[in-house]
Amino acid sequence: MAQRPLALIAGALVCALTLVPVGAVLWRADGLSAFGPGAWQALRFTLWQAMLSAALSVLLAIPVARALARRRFRGRSLLVTLLGAPFILPVIVAVLGLVSVFGASGLVNRGLDVLGVPGMTIYGAHGVILAHVFFNLPLATRMILQGWLAIPGERFRLAASLGLSSREMFRVIEWPMLVRIGPQAAAVIFVICLSSFAVALTLGGGPRATTVELAIYQALRFDFDLGRAAMLACLQLALALAAGLVALRLSGRAGQGAGLDRVVPRWDAARGPARALDAFAIGLAALFLLTPLALVALNGAPGLPDLGWPVWRAALHSIAVALLSTALCLIWALPLATRRGEVVGLLGIAVSPLVLGTGLFILVRPYVNPVALALPATALVNALVALPFALRILRPEAEAVRTDYGRLAAALGLSPRLWLTRILLPRLRRPLGFAAGLTAALSMGDLGVIALFADPERATLPLQVYRLMGSYRMEAAQGAALLLLALSLALFWLFDRGGRVADA
Amino acid sequence: MKATLTLAAATCLAGAVSAQEQVLTIYAGDYVASEWGPGPKIEELFEARCDCDLQFSTGDLMPRLLLEGDNTEADVVFGLTTDVTRRARESGLFAPHGQDTSTLTLPVDWSDDVFLPYNYGHTAFVYDTDRVTEPPQSFDELRNAPDDLSIVIQDPRTSISGLALVLWVQAIYGDEAEAVWEDLSDNILTVTKGWSESYGLFTDGEADMALSYTSSPAYHIIAEDDDTVKAAIFPEGHYFMAELTAKVASTDVPELADAFMAFVLSEDFQSMIATGNWSFPAKLPREDWPEGFRQLELPEKVLFYTEDEAAELKDQAIEAWRSALSR
Repeated sequence: MAQRPLALIAGALVCALTLVPVGAVLWRADGLSAFGPGAWQALRFTLWQAMLSAALSVLLAIPVARALARRRFRGRSLLVTLLGAPFILPVIVAVLGLVSVFGASGLVNRGLDVLGVPGMTIYGAHGVILAHVFFNLPLATRMILQGWLAIPGERFRLAASLGLSSREMFRVIEWPMLVRIGPQAAAVIFVICLSSFAVALTLGGGPRATTVELAIYQALRFDFDLGRAAMLACLQLALALAAGLVALRLSGRAGQGAGLDRVVPRWDAARGPARALDAFAIGLAALFLLTPLALVALNGAPGLPDLGWPVWRAALHSIAVALLSTALCLIWALPLATRRGEVVGLLGIAVSPLVLGTGLFILVRPYVNPVALALPATALVNALVALPFALRILRPEAEAVRTDYGRLAAALGLSPRLWLTRILLPRLRRPLGFAAGLTAALSMGDLGVIALFADPERATLPLQVYRLMGSYRMEAAQGAALLLLALSLALFWLFDRGGRVADA
Repeated sequence: MKATLTLAAATCLAGAVSAQEQVLTIYAGDYVASEWGPGPKIEELFEARCDCDLQFSTGDLMPRLLLEGDNTEADVVFGLTTDVTRRARESGLFAPHGQDTSTLTLPVDWSDDVFLPYNYGHTAFVYDTDRVTEPPQSFDELRNAPDDLSIVIQDPRTSISGLALVLWVQAIYGDEAEAVWEDLSDNILTVTKGWSESYGLFTDGEADMALSYTSSPAYHIIAEDDDTVKAAIFPEGHYFMAELTAKVASTDVPELADAFMAFVLSEDFQSMIATGNWSFPAKLPREDWPEGFRQLELPEKVLFYTEDEAAELKDQAIEAWRSALSR
């Protein structure tokens, strides 16, 4: 296509922004140093939890996405928005939310206590997996739902007129889509979970749940051992790229065939058992994902009136950063929405954010005061971090558009501009809206690189939440967290809604 | 985008207006900058006496300073902690503070001529008297406490209070430390990355006790009028932690930096810092502390390692903790 040079530029930019900072940290180090004690245990645990979290998130997402794809009910659109929320919460808030449901004195245990049943504990390896599924199930659901909605309605109509059973329809139409989307979604989730650390530690119950990212944090913040940090970051990078390549091999290349772009009702979904199954999947997912959020809201409400100007100012900064990174991310993602582009995009979450921040600091520092760049740098890094998600959302449909309309465009001799404005963008409206919403929300909730250098006037909202907690203001912190949740959801809803107007 | 630009413009403008007066740049820990942290009060008090512009720059203190080296813009650093000063000292980035430390009111002798303490505390387990009616009376009792007493602690590899905790255990039990951690493992509900997460779990009622400081109850007494939060005081002793400030050798405003060192020990600062940072003032007799602080029970015995001892014992103490809790 005419976009090839653009794709190369975008890809080179991703590589430069991720690999050069790691190189800078290595270059600044006094040399490589050995891994600390327990490093291998940490590596084993990291890999184990990331694989299990990714597999479970994707497997559980399939029935939920399928149910959401073939049901229309009141509040569905709101539910789909809300289900995206766990993914965008700052870690500390999400953990407290989960603990108030599953913790020692949480709802579940209080319920069990009333029933006279012995309680359960969330702390342990299963708690880590639970939390990671809580964060990533919504993401997987939305990605797979997107895949379902991209199947042209005509195919289901054809299947129905041929008298295919529900099972046969699944095998012929839906399974190929899952094979295409599933492994890539799992790869993205695997890579996010690779760099998990505060969640893993807190819910893992102690040093058994040490991850590689914790070792990086220790090396950078405590021991100031840049060599060890950079080496660990390279290890993480290698694992992430391996996952990306495996996923690429697993997921075949397939267009769905061009349809008329309409949502068509499913004839097979009307039967009783299917209906019950869908209701169960949606109900359970909603309960699991929304209860902790409801408690975050409930705990945060009393703190809301206490919020002072610094919190509101931080909120404004966060919104500005979120909008900027959304724009950057989409411009970046469009040319990269290809098979190879998606692997390159994984770099954005494959490099430890701590090492990335430190590397950028080393690089920028001789020329400008990094503090002055704190907010723009945060926006840039957030765009980079959101890129793999945006690509995962955009690529399947961008590819389908290219397969389905490429020949037509070539026959008509469309200019790149017309191709973009008349064919690509209108077809990508829904995934673009979703990607923009996700990027904006993700950027709102992300602590990003700002933690290394910020001045008091330039905090983002997540940073402000941590500052309030650090000054004992737990109630105000929970109020600020609620504000963050509300703002993130609002941004997410606005963009996502904009993209879905077509099928309203 | 626009908001960011407007903000950048506003910041530049503010910079231009105050160009004629001298700027004292202080690198500080992140909590300092919160509207509830000590930063705003420090700025107000110091600017009233210096005719200068005090600017805090917050974030990761030591990593940033070590990355910047001699080129740093910092004139003063604020918020370093004991136990990790050796690395800072070895960097050679600091100049003597020039203050008389013989009049400090710390529970330990302090003769360091580079790092100046401004407040202190001791590691302690806090609990809520409504929930824990029979708190452990000693570390031994805690060690042998029934399994249903749950505690949250911080990771010594990622948090300064977590590091103080393993040194505390090391100071009391020496080579027996690993066995102590094994005994405690049933009670440790979880380990968090930093103090905030632990304290959040404690105030949410998730854990019975949290590793914090002897001064923590003062916050609840003064700010929330709640005297049910207490620190369990153990006869074996409590580990001492101080927060420190230091003058950066490469400062372009050495007189201002010196003035700040003197200010930190002044009565203005010392009578503010107790409620400003919820810690005990480093140079103020106990009778001058705010009421909520005066009524706190303090440990009879105070444990403390010099920075060399701490640096030497650190790896061993962390490893004892890690291997006992990894089983």
